[in-house]
Parts: sequence; C-alpha cells; structure tokens
Amino acid sequence: MKKSTMWTIARWAILIVVLLAIYLPLILIMVYSFSGARSAGDTFGEFTFSQYANLFEDKKLLTATKNTIVVGVVSALIATLLGTTAAVGIHYMRRRWQTAVDTASQITVVNAEIVTAMGFFLLMLFLRDTVKLPVNFGLGWLIVAHTVITTPYVILTVSPRLKQLNPNLLEASMDLGAGAIRSLITVLLPQLAGAMVSGFALAFTLSLDDFVVTNINGTGVDTISTIVYDGLRNKLNPDIRALSTIIFVLVLGVLIVGNIIKNKRLQNEARKK
Amino acid sequence: MKRNRNKVFRPTAFSFPYLAVTLVFVIAPLVLVLVYAFRGQDGGFTFANFREVFTEKQNVMQLLQTVGIAALSTGICLLLAYPVAYVLASKPFNKWAILSLLFIIPMWINFVLRVFALKSLLEMMGIGKGYFAAVVGIVYDFFPYMLLPIYTVLSNLDKSYVEASADLGAGPVRTFFRVTLPLSVPGVVSGISMVFMPVFSSYAITKTMGDADTTVIGAKIASLFHQRSYGVGSALSFVLLVLVLIVMVVTNLLSRRTAKAPKGGKVA
Repeated sequence: MKKSTMWTIARWAILIVVLLAIYLPLILIMVYSFSGARSAGDTFGEFTFSQYANLFEDKKLLTATKNTIVVGVVSALIATLLGTTAAVGIHYMRRRWQTAVDTASQITVVNAEIVTAMGFFLLMLFLRDTVKLPVNFGLGWLIVAHTVITTPYVILTVSPRLKQLNPNLLEASMDLGAGAIRSLITVLLPQLAGAMVSGFALAFTLSLDDFVVTNINGTGVDTISTIVYDGLRNKLNPDIRALSTIIFVLVLGVLIVGNIIKNKRLQNEARKK
Repeated sequence: MKRNRNKVFRPTAFSFPYLAVTLVFVIAPLVLVLVYAFRGQDGGFTFANFREVFTEKQNVMQLLQTVGIAALSTGICLLLAYPVAYVLASKPFNKWAILSLLFIIPMWINFVLRVFALKSLLEMMGIGKGYFAAVVGIVYDFFPYMLLPIYTVLSNLDKSYVEASADLGAGPVRTFFRVTLPLSVPGVVSGISMVFMPVFSSYAITKTMGDADTTVIGAKIASLFHQRSYGVGSALSFVLLVLVLIVMVVTNLLSRRTAKAPKGGKVA
C-alpha cells in the first residue's frame, strides 16, 4: 500500500514539475503584461493596461501582426487547395508513382529548414537575376514559400481520410456522366471537408510558427517571429508582452474549448450507439 | 462520347498543379544549391567551396558543436519526455484528455515568443546568455515534439503484452525494460528525428540565448548568404543535406528493425 502511494505521488510530481517548467515562463509574461517595467522580472510597479494601449499605437508591431495573419491565411488556403487536389491525384496513381510523389513531398518535411530557406533564396535570385522575371523578395514570395512548406502536411492530413472512402465513388460519378472536376467538387470534396479543415488549421499554425524561412526570404517584411527575434537581439518593446499574452490566451482558449467540444461530441456519439 | 471525355481526364491529373509546384519550388532550389556548391567563381566545376568548408577550422568546429548541442538537447528531451509520456499514458491519467493536451499546447504557440518568455524567466533567475541557457531554450522549444510521438505509441500500446508479461511472472521493472520500452522504440525514434535535425537550424535560439561561442551551423549558413558567399554557403548546405539523408536512413533502419521485433517473439 505504502509503495503504491509513493508511486502515485512520484507520478504526480513528474507531471507537476514539467507542467510548471512549461507554463512558468508564459505566466511570467502574462503577469508582467500589466506592468510598465522594462523587462519581465524587474520591480512590478503599478498595475496598468498601458502596454495594451501602446500595442495599438505600435505601427511596426501591428504591421508585423497583419503580415503574419495575411501570410498565414493566404498560404494555408492555397496549401489546402493544392494539397487536397494533390492527395486525390496521388490516391488514383499507380503504386510506383505514388511512392515517388510521396517521397518528393517529404523532402521539405525532413530537410533542414535552413537548407530549404536557402533554396528559396537562391531560386528567387535565379528567377530575378538570371531569368529576369519581374519578381522580388517580399510578402508575395513569403506566401509562396509558406505554401510550399505547408502543403505536404495538408496531403498528410487528407490522404488517410481519402483511403477510408469508397474507392468507386469518383468512378461512379464519372460513369454517371459528371466530368472529373464536377465529380471532385460535388462528390469527393464534401466527404473530405473535415480533413481539409484540419489541414488548413495545421498549415496555418505552421506558417505562424515559421521563423527561418521568413527570416531569410522576407527581406523587409516583418512577421511576429522576426520582429520578436530582432527585439530579443537588440531591444524589445514592453508591449510585446501584451501581444504575447493575447496570443497565449487565444491559443489556450481555442484548443481547450475545441477539445471540450470534440469530447462532448464523441460522448454523444457513443451514447447514441 | 461522354465516356471518351472522361477517359481523357484521369483523376491522376488533379495532382498536376502540385507536381508542377514541387518541381519548381522544391526540386529546382535543391538543384540550385548543388550548382552553387560545385561552381567556382569562373563558372566551372570545382571542389574549392567544399575545401573552404572543411579547411576553415571554425566551420568544422561549429559543425561538431552543432552535433554536440543537438545530441545533448535531444538526449535531455528524451529523458524528460519519456517519463511524462509514460505517466500520461498510464491508468488514472489517461482518462483526462485535457491533461495531455496541456503538455502539447506549446506546439501551437509561436516558438520565438516562447523563447522570449523563457529568456525573461531565466534572466529573472539570474541565468544569462550562454551554452547552458541555449540548451535549456532548445529543450524547452522541442520538448512537445519529443513527447507527442512517444505518448502516442505508449497510449496505443496493446495492454495484453504487459499483462502477459506480468502473468508470466515478471515484475513491473522487468516488464518495463523487456516489454514496454522495446515496444515504444518507434515513438522514441520518431521523437528523436523530430528534434535532432531541426536543432541544426535553430539559430533563433542560440543567437538570442547563447553567447558568442555557442552557435549552431544554421547561423553560419545564414551569415554566409548574408555576405553573398553563395558558393561556400551552398557547399555547407550540401553537407547538411547529406547529414539529413544519413539520419533518415538510420531512423528508417531502426524503426524497421523494431517493427519486426514483436513478431519474432524476442520481446513479447
């Protein structure tokens, strides 16, 4: 009995210590987002919302936030489209081609991010200086780069769902006279909607999280990642704590509420059966 | 007539846009890295860039240091994540989905922001920039990526193996080392591959939390490109590519070997 109590305490202790290590830094930032102190950990001073008020005047930070969202949403949308159609195409390929394309799609996933980033950089130099296309680094190029690195994850999300579907679905629709594109839109896509939403969410968060590719290919375009990085190396505005707090709370809220809804639905389904 | 039209447009064609994108934006950049790596200033074929990579002592030292930092932080991540995953997958704890979610949540928070938060805490504790802070930063950042695959494998593990081991008289410790641990190797391998190579590119952490002597090779590549030394930068990138390939082959072999293990009767 005594031994098992100790075992229970030990297991709780492991979880609590690691949880504290994960969340203490985040809590520190959240608490100090209500202080005017230069950096978190200094004397707290007065409780104030001034960092939040400053946030809306900080043009650089606002632009960076806007860029992050624009790049994230646009690239994730394109990646979802590209990845879903790719998954459908790959699904109907012969085995040998399937393996080849799957391998190719894994390149950016397994490659060192810095090499991928440099590849994009060299490609832009080549397109701009050698081919003389009227293109340059910037927001558009960032969207392209983010689309390319997130599309494989959409394929990885959509493919398993595609395998669960009736393999004759598309053929049946085409036999009944619908064209391939119409069959895709009216027959396959509705079945894949759930997986596409997950794929979009994954692509979006990966884009938000990206630093290396953005840092090297975004010349002149700041995102939250790069602006915080620059701030960490030079001087960071205290209002970044307010922005961080908003992001922490948003992520926490979305994930926990989403998880509760999912569990409720699972419970309801289980009850129906 | 309609059948004919359908035969012309095969469903495979849906992947063509993606294939075109892959060709232009994935394959072509790699070809460019190769071209720049093997091209001299006169435009001819040369090994000079590689000579520069390997003769400059600093490069070799940084490459070795990166391998060291990556191995150390991957090891620490594993030592921390395995017990946590094990506890989360064990009996009373596996009922509360929200608990495991709490450990995984950081994955969805921008990692530079997490570095910022951690750096603030370490500074408050009086720990300044340096090797130690950088390794702590990397571990903090990559921990959920080590935890998730191990947790997934452990919580999907067929409990009858563990029960069989207990029935046959093995104590909990022996059962863990002879049954649970070997069966969880695929998760461990996938966790290692999600931490080890990405550390090479994590210069956002070493440049903000490490001192001047603590760098990863990604920083060197970035600065080479900033100085417009595309040749040497590409040669170094090529070295990383080879490393990625080696790591991939090794992890593939490892997971293939262990995947066979239960059937061979050695483990269970």
